Amino acid sequence: MTAIPTPAAPPRTRRRLSATPGQIALALAIAAFLAMFLVLPVATVIYVAFTEKGTSTFTLVNFYDFVRSELFMRSLWNSFYVSAMSVVWASVFALPLAYLTTRFAFRGAAVVQTLGFLPLIMPPFVGAVAMQLFFGRNGSVNLLLDEYLGFKIDFMEGLNGVIFVQSVHYFPFILINLSAALRNIDRAMEEAAQNLGCSGFRLFRRIVFPLAMPGYLAGASLVFVKVFDDLATPLLLNVKDMLAPQAYLRVTSIGIADPMGYVISVVLIVASVIAMWLSARALKGRDYATTQRGGGGLAQRRMTTGEAIFGYGIVILILALVLAPHLGLLLLSFATIWSFSPLPDAYTVAHYGRVFGESSVYIKNTLIYATIAGGIDVVLGVAIAYLVLRTKLVGREWLDWMATAALAIPGVVLGIGYLRTFYGITLPDGTPLAALWITIVMALAIRRLPYALRACYAALQQISVSLEEAAENLGATKSRTVRRVVVPLMAGGILAGFVTSFSTAAVELSATLMLVQSNSDAPLAYGLYVFMQSAAGRGPGAALGVVAVLLVAACTFLSQYIIERSQKAKGMGH
Amino acid sequence: MNATMMTRPDPVPALSTPAVAVEIEGVNLSYGDHHVLKNVDLAIRPGEFFAFLGPSGCGKTTLLRLIAGFNQADSGRVTIGGKDISSLPPWKRDVGMVFQSYALWPHMTVRRNVAFGLEERGVKRAEIERRVEVALGLVGLAHLGERRPSQLSGGQQQRVAVARTVAVEPKVLLLDEPLSNLDAKMRVQVRRELRDLQQRLGLTTIFVTHDQEEANTICDRIAVMNDGIIQQVGTPMELYERPANLFVASFLGTANILAGRLEGAGDQRVFAIEGGLRLPVPAGASVREGAKLVFRPQHAGLTAAGGTGGELSLPGLVVHREFLGASVRYGVAVGGTEVSVDLPFHSGEGLFEVGAEVAITLPRTALSWL
Repeated sequence: MTAIPTPAAPPRTRRRLSATPGQIALALAIAAFLAMFLVLPVATVIYVAFTEKGTSTFTLVNFYDFVRSELFMRSLWNSFYVSAMSVVWASVFALPLAYLTTRFAFRGAAVVQTLGFLPLIMPPFVGAVAMQLFFGRNGSVNLLLDEYLGFKIDFMEGLNGVIFVQSVHYFPFILINLSAALRNIDRAMEEAAQNLGCSGFRLFRRIVFPLAMPGYLAGASLVFVKVFDDLATPLLLNVKDMLAPQAYLRVTSIGIADPMGYVISVVLIVASVIAMWLSARALKGRDYATTQRGGGGLAQRRMTTGEAIFGYGIVILILALVLAPHLGLLLLSFATIWSFSPLPDAYTVAHYGRVFGESSVYIKNTLIYATIAGGIDVVLGVAIAYLVLRTKLVGREWLDWMATAALAIPGVVLGIGYLRTFYGITLPDGTPLAALWITIVMALAIRRLPYALRACYAALQQISVSLEEAAENLGATKSRTVRRVVVPLMAGGILAGFVTSFSTAAVELSATLMLVQSNSDAPLAYGLYVFMQSAAGRGPGAALGVVAVLLVAACTFLSQYIIERSQKAKGMGH
Repeated sequence: MNATMMTRPDPVPALSTPAVAVEIEGVNLSYGDHHVLKNVDLAIRPGEFFAFLGPSGCGKTTLLRLIAGFNQADSGRVTIGGKDISSLPPWKRDVGMVFQSYALWPHMTVRRNVAFGLEERGVKRAEIERRVEVALGLVGLAHLGERRPSQLSGGQQQRVAVARTVAVEPKVLLLDEPLSNLDAKMRVQVRRELRDLQQRLGLTTIFVTHDQEEANTICDRIAVMNDGIIQQVGTPMELYERPANLFVASFLGTANILAGRLEGAGDQRVFAIEGGLRLPVPAGASVREGAKLVFRPQHAGLTAAGGTGGELSLPGLVVHREFLGASVRYGVAVGGTEVSVDLPFHSGEGLFEVGAEVAITLPRTALSWL
């Protein structure tokens, strides 16, 4: 057994006394970047929402208008309802899987683990189209139901469709967090209860689930926020009376001067912040899964035959659900015509020809944008992590908080903020900044920065300060120490952060949808969205979707591989 | 600082159940190829404070968990008060266990933790409240009932764990290294408290430890375990004075162990120590073939070389001297090996210097061949 690496958090008092001029300059540069591309756009959105149109007079009249509008209030309620129901259904999928894999010696556990990643590699709006083919009113399932049983189920009608697609897509967040929490519970916690006479479902209800609650809440709040903020899925399913689509429609159809888009944006931000705050509050002082040591994780027991049949039944059912969008997309990408039939009529590779031919610009743009965005994210991530963990610079935590705050900003809000802010800033030739493709890249970089930052943080925390001190002791300056010791040791984490940023930026749509000005500047996700608008475009759209899924899948696999390899190389593997 | 259990008067009648015996008969347990418990037989008397003592990996915790029902024996059985409990699940055994990590549930207050077992037994609300008060009173924590475990010190957490266990009035109390997470000073205090509590409740108690001092100070009897086998069972003094084998001799306290060969017969037997020295074997001493000579450092004496020692003496050379406070430990080279001799330290008395030629004197009663 190897020792588990403990995040090194030496007392701050031992640190260097003050920051060097280079560090101060670096911190100021980062602060300026974040101010320009995160704080300013968001502040602009808030400012516009609270001022009278065309003037700078403070007013609440825009919010009054929002509350008085039947459409907006319905949208607010719908967004809330869809998010809450998505959490409920995602829990229904995730709970049995988490319980089965952690409490039983279950052969299907590996399948469930992989299954946990599958939905995440496909953007939900891509899955939405494929789900419609299977579960829509005239989809495969309903056609078969109608033929053999004489009825149909409205899986995909209106809000149901959004809930269905989102819960299938996001349940892994709950599965992953809940499984980790269950696995971290000290076995003695459970044994102590058994010793005092508790067993079976009572044991689960009174001890196991309460102890895993922090993990569940973390996953559930994430699902809630993601669903609440999502723009593309409801749009693709033609559900318009939700908040994010309303914000988008106001700004794109009425124009960037209309205050309602900004009001809705503020409501979206507030909802995100409240959901995150509630989950943080619920977690506060309760992250106790690993506070007590000794005994190891929960005991796993063998299944009886009945339990095994039940267990595999559930796994297969959920696996089918999860695979449905992937399978549907794949079939659609090869289908000539697929309508009113359980399966396509005939098959072709023409869609792929079109995607790699005339539409290959989408793929090229995506590769460029995601590479630059990922690069910006890891540079910022390493710099912020270093400043926070290794210097005593005053206010260094603010950089971390600012960068992390991007999590609470919905993509559509960032997009609106960029439009409003950067339309006013023009280049010498008169082109507004908002019309340049680099703006899209900045939005992507800001959106994915929190994830890259956490990866860099983790990588730096695992490096003992004494390794740097040894280099300085032997005559290396701080910047040379960073270059020759810190960065090489962080390489695995940095690469993993880059790949994560890259792959998620590659399929981001919420912010992009607002910012793309011409088809020639559009990335893959946008192209996909445009294709999916028309029946004739569904084939090439699906082909593009398959390309996106493969791209993300390859990146996910690569990042896992890199993390494992670098941990092994440092002797931290298990 | 809280009042200890010793000084706190008993607020209400103590919890108590009639003491029962625990018997372990022919228990074997394997994890795969690893044979952890090998044909273990043990009889623990009603009301006894009993220790499983041994190095880590000897099987002592496995045996304790087997009694609690968390491990299943491949063969053999466990009876409590004459009733075979081998096939009962943990929640039906009615043996209380205090875990090494205490395993206090962080999502419940102290009071809820202590009430848990009673609730599981369907005890009436009023009775639960009474017994929780009694249990918390017993460990001197009645005033901390509304705290969360994370708000308590290590020693307090340990007492809550004990209170939670005794509140259900178990037939047997199992303690899995309950002192290992406490600092040295707390350990001494808490072990006395545990002993007092056990005496007051008259509860048959089994205590797992790797620390011989802990076992010696609070237990009535000890089972020394090594490699899944019970090496010897006895009172602390019996084990120290008359160890059954080399393992027990060296595990409990310090022992000098000298290899050698038995020569001669009858009253003329001589133990030829490796390195050339010969020691007459006292008449009546039993020495089996291949046995080694064992004696404690404090049972031997030292005299200047050539001085009049006891009947049995070995010449040697002082190679180390360590001042231990109440005594001085000498390392004396005897033949090819080094022997430890402890002499009481008296202020002003001369000490042997390193390099001095000395004779180790050995009273007959101090010697044993194991």
